[in-house]
Amino acid sequence: MDLFEYQARDLFAKHGVPVLAGEVIDTPEAAREITERLGGKSVVKAQVKVGGRGKAGGVKLAATPDEAVARATDILGMDIKGHTVHKVMIAETAPEIAEEYYVSFLLDRTNRTFLSIASVEGGVDIEEVAATRPEAVAKTPIDANKGVTPEKAQEIVKAAKFPAEVADKVAAVLVTLWETFVKEDALLVEVNPLAKVASGDVIALDGKVSLDANADFRQPEHEALEDKDAANPLEAAAKAKGLNYVKLDGEVGIIGNGAGLVMSTLDVVAYAGEDHGGVKPANFLDIGGGASAEVMANGLEIILGDPDVKSVFVNVFGGITACDEVANGIVQALELLKSKGEEVTKPLVVRLDGNNAELGRKILSDANHPLVQRVDTMDGAADKAAELAAAAK
Amino acid sequence: MAIFLNKDSKVIVQGMTGATGMKHTKLMLGDGTNIVGGVNPRKAGTKVDIDGTEIPVFGTVAEAMEKTGANVSVLFVPPAFAKAAVVEAIDAEIPLAVVITEGIAVHDSAAFYAYAVEKGGKTRIIGPNCPGLITPGQSNAGIIPGDITKPGRIGLVSKSGTLTYQMMYELRDIGFSSAVGIGGDPVIGTTHIDALAAFEADPDTDLIVMIGEIGGDAEERAADFIKENVTKPVVGYVAGFTAPEGKTMGHAGAIVSGSSGTAAAKKEALEAAGVKVGKTPTETAKLARAILAG
Repeated sequence: MDLFEYQARDLFAKHGVPVLAGEVIDTPEAAREITERLGGKSVVKAQVKVGGRGKAGGVKLAATPDEAVARATDILGMDIKGHTVHKVMIAETAPEIAEEYYVSFLLDRTNRTFLSIASVEGGVDIEEVAATRPEAVAKTPIDANKGVTPEKAQEIVKAAKFPAEVADKVAAVLVTLWETFVKEDALLVEVNPLAKVASGDVIALDGKVSLDANADFRQPEHEALEDKDAANPLEAAAKAKGLNYVKLDGEVGIIGNGAGLVMSTLDVVAYAGEDHGGVKPANFLDIGGGASAEVMANGLEIILGDPDVKSVFVNVFGGITACDEVANGIVQALELLKSKGEEVTKPLVVRLDGNNAELGRKILSDANHPLVQRVDTMDGAADKAAELAAAAK
Repeated sequence: MAIFLNKDSKVIVQGMTGATGMKHTKLMLGDGTNIVGGVNPRKAGTKVDIDGTEIPVFGTVAEAMEKTGANVSVLFVPPAFAKAAVVEAIDAEIPLAVVITEGIAVHDSAAFYAYAVEKGGKTRIIGPNCPGLITPGQSNAGIIPGDITKPGRIGLVSKSGTLTYQMMYELRDIGFSSAVGIGGDPVIGTTHIDALAAFEADPDTDLIVMIGEIGGDAEERAADFIKENVTKPVVGYVAGFTAPEGKTMGHAGAIVSGSSGTAAAKKEALEAAGVKVGKTPTETAKLARAILAG
């Protein structure tokens, strides 16, 4: 989960990374009182999870409380690269900036370890610096078990050639930033820019944090950081039912078991759609190994609740779970939905293969549901589902 | 001969006494796996009866190894306790630890992987978030259904469990030397490259099927490895061409970030290394068949 700047700032502050004061608001008028408290001037910063907001006009200085209200009025509701601004941060203005640096810690998947990236050329897109002037970017592997000690922080500072007068201060920031990374179970913590101000102090002026959802079990406070307003309502409803669902922009609803098989199903449907008016998959939905009637019913309920869906493709490979159990699950799910007054009104194509496939197919045939069609190969079923969606478009 | 697992493998199960552990211990036994013990410190000294087979429960991995000569551990330990369980297996220097558990925090998997490396790499870790591995007719360490296919001469390595099953099913009449599910997490212990190297060296494997998915650059690096080191034919499949940027598709590691980790880039890299890549699992199986038919 990627966080907003203000949420990253809060986590930095919690772990001792030096930041400026600031508060987040969603109505312009609130900017006045905060700006007064900040000494009469402030910076109004759009809170969007996308880079380049400064260039897009999403960051403005305000010399008076009235001006802060005016700037907040301008920025709230603004569209930045497809992201609508719902919140702005009213931040303390930075003291005179002498230099801008870059520091981050992240997961290095390639080397299966953590990595520090540091540069004295911050304040700009670091990937661009790395591409054009690789010598200006220092990458230092971090052992997950040893972490960033003061010695390791000095090693990073030397590798990135930070000036001697800020070396100790940057090293101290690196230690607290690592604390943030570990204690919050982050996949990325980035400060850009880390500014050296006139007093000689270094301050994190902007930052990014991405958190590991797999660590939610030990990070109870992270739930409150979710941007519930931005979530697609179908995704939110699926999440509430414990389903692994991603909304896409096509017409063929997809249910399958196993992340890999479902990803593959989306692709196969998209290929089939090329022959049927360009229909595409409407979603990713992995119901997992068990595929009980209840889970199947929950999945169908979400998919049928999507007005974009014109046909549904249920693609199940019976592994440990036998296909007859899955077929019974589908039949019961259809009855369950009917009893709830949510009868299926869109055509369903079901492909069952693997363990006890014959038994499962027989159960579906015997149930003889008018909207359920059996196609016994994955490619064939995808083609049928695409054809039905195209016909209903 | 197969890779990583054979009829002589002596398997213990960490987390055997839980519901999932019991279910799959029973299935593994049914597939002929030589399961010599379970590990649970609170139930040490007891025995578990599974369909008439008495499995002793030990307090630690080290004790289980000492008493039984176990050389493989399969872990069904919940995410919150998985790191400690893997570290225990590494400390005991068990040669192979198969981590089935899904949902382990990446700071934990990075920590136990680093620990395994630091301890000299004596323990090969497979997973986490994987279905384990099977050498049909000999041994099954994990949750791959044992009755999909028979022993044969295809080697399979895959990030995805269900695509492993699908591919084994498509090619069930030919059979497999070993099938290894390496897992869909961002940090995994055994990579495509490790399995490719083992299959290349395995005299019982004639052809390798490699299944990848979006996220990271493991497939691209595997392509480089194939170009330099693999003489056997390799057939590939990559899932996730239609996945949108920035969305996690079921597996924690299955995410396209910016322009990196896309299925298109992976397919292109594999094809440049001479790997035939199928558009669908079924087409991929056909490619494998055609090569084996000569």
